Amino acid sequence: MLIRRAPDIKSSEITPEALYFDRREFIRAASAAAVGLAAPAVARAAAARLPDDDKPNSYDDITHYNNFYEFGTGKEDPARNAGTLRPRPWTVEVSGLVAKPGRYALDDLLRGQTIEERIYRHRCVEAWSMVIPWNGFPLRNLITRFQPASRARFVEFTTLLDRNQMPGQKSDVLPWPYVEGLRMDEAMHPLTLVVTGLYGRPLPNQNGAPLRIHVPWKYGFKSCKSLVRIRFVEEQPANTWNVVAPNEYGFYANVNPDVDHPRWSQARERRIGEFFRRPTLMFNGYGDQVASLYAGMDLRRNF
Amino acid sequence: MRVAVFLACLAPLAVLLADLFGGRLGPEPIRAAELRTGIWALTLLVVTLAITPLRRLTGWNVLGGYRRMLGLFAFTYVCLHFLTWFGVDQFFALAYIGKDIVKRPYITVGFASFLLMIPLAITSRTSMVRRLGKRWATLHSLVYLAALGGVVHFTWEVKADLKQPTTYALIIVGLLLLRFLPRRAARAAPAPYRSRLTTAA
Repeated sequence: MLIRRAPDIKSSEITPEALYFDRREFIRAASAAAVGLAAPAVARAAAARLPDDDKPNSYDDITHYNNFYEFGTGKEDPARNAGTLRPRPWTVEVSGLVAKPGRYALDDLLRGQTIEERIYRHRCVEAWSMVIPWNGFPLRNLITRFQPASRARFVEFTTLLDRNQMPGQKSDVLPWPYVEGLRMDEAMHPLTLVVTGLYGRPLPNQNGAPLRIHVPWKYGFKSCKSLVRIRFVEEQPANTWNVVAPNEYGFYANVNPDVDHPRWSQARERRIGEFFRRPTLMFNGYGDQVASLYAGMDLRRNF
Repeated sequence: MRVAVFLACLAPLAVLLADLFGGRLGPEPIRAAELRTGIWALTLLVVTLAITPLRRLTGWNVLGGYRRMLGLFAFTYVCLHFLTWFGVDQFFALAYIGKDIVKRPYITVGFASFLLMIPLAITSRTSMVRRLGKRWATLHSLVYLAALGGVVHFTWEVKADLKQPTTYALIIVGLLLLRFLPRRAARAAPAPYRSRLTTAA
């Protein structure tokens, strides 16, 4: 297995964005200081703008703080209960508007894919975040293999439905199975990842073994875990949290500090392991790579 | 017995502190502390509210003597819950805190319930009970409002799993009904908090 670091997400590149987004305020503070009016303000501005180091969270944190209701609704339930999941053998059904539908064995899906390490920020809709060194490959590499029809405008993902392997499905907190979807251009975006591992190890069950999606500029619930079906469709597919609470969770679910969840603010987040909340970045800090996907869209309405 | 109840009420705090310093609160200790103090505040409120109906049902008037202590411990956990949010989670970021209290209904309700409990705690002294006389009981019936506020706060905070908040809500509504339905029967029974005063004094 070849581990390659993607050139576009080195943390040295991620880092300055916070500075970049705050440039106006920084300039304002700096010029105020220049006329000798607001030295303390500058000190404060400088302190608040220490480069975010985006250090990866520990393996233990990443595997013991999970929202994966298929194994219970508590954050540490998945780590406790996911032992019943059997990630091998595993098949994924590919269906809908594609030239090559079928049931693909896991090894078949992974064949020919170059597994690389990608350190992604992960922002939960609950206003906490982590930095996670995933192993995986761009979803687009998989999609192109199936040759979707041009009519396919969306991709729908489905998580395994099996009450024995996923004991949380015995309770009806959510309608099972969990489904999610992406617009085709989002799914084909080079940042959208099929995840197969974590910290160079096989993906733990509680993180969505054996195969999950991660879309780093969207809230975590968009990233479907333990995938068993990928379907190409013409109409926007349903996504579970939107079905449960349409006024709280949208289809797009792009990380956006300016659009609050109706019940809580999205302006700041707690990075797991840090004491102070930090400001949330637009598109989770991936704006320069993904903002163009939403040009002209009202992100307040399409939240 | 009083010492035992006192220690039992302190136990959750002791466990919380032990877990905090032992690193057993998980990757997000602040959230864990908020959850635990909130749960214990609600639990102790429910226990406090259960005292009078239980005393009436069983005739064990001695129970009444524990009501004030339990109520004050409930308030203590509410304070801890509030301070964890205010001083640790938000770290005194008044601008955000103010906005949250105004804009987020679940925080508004939680904060209101906290405020509501302050006069109840202040007037819990025996001398205040005497001074306020009849009005004391009226004032302290607000504790039901605070408890219901606490449950609403919990319900609105939860994403999908409503099992726990629903359980608390059902218990509190049940206790409320117990208090108000058999009013007549209760009136025939001995006076409600005279006995409490003598045991508490």
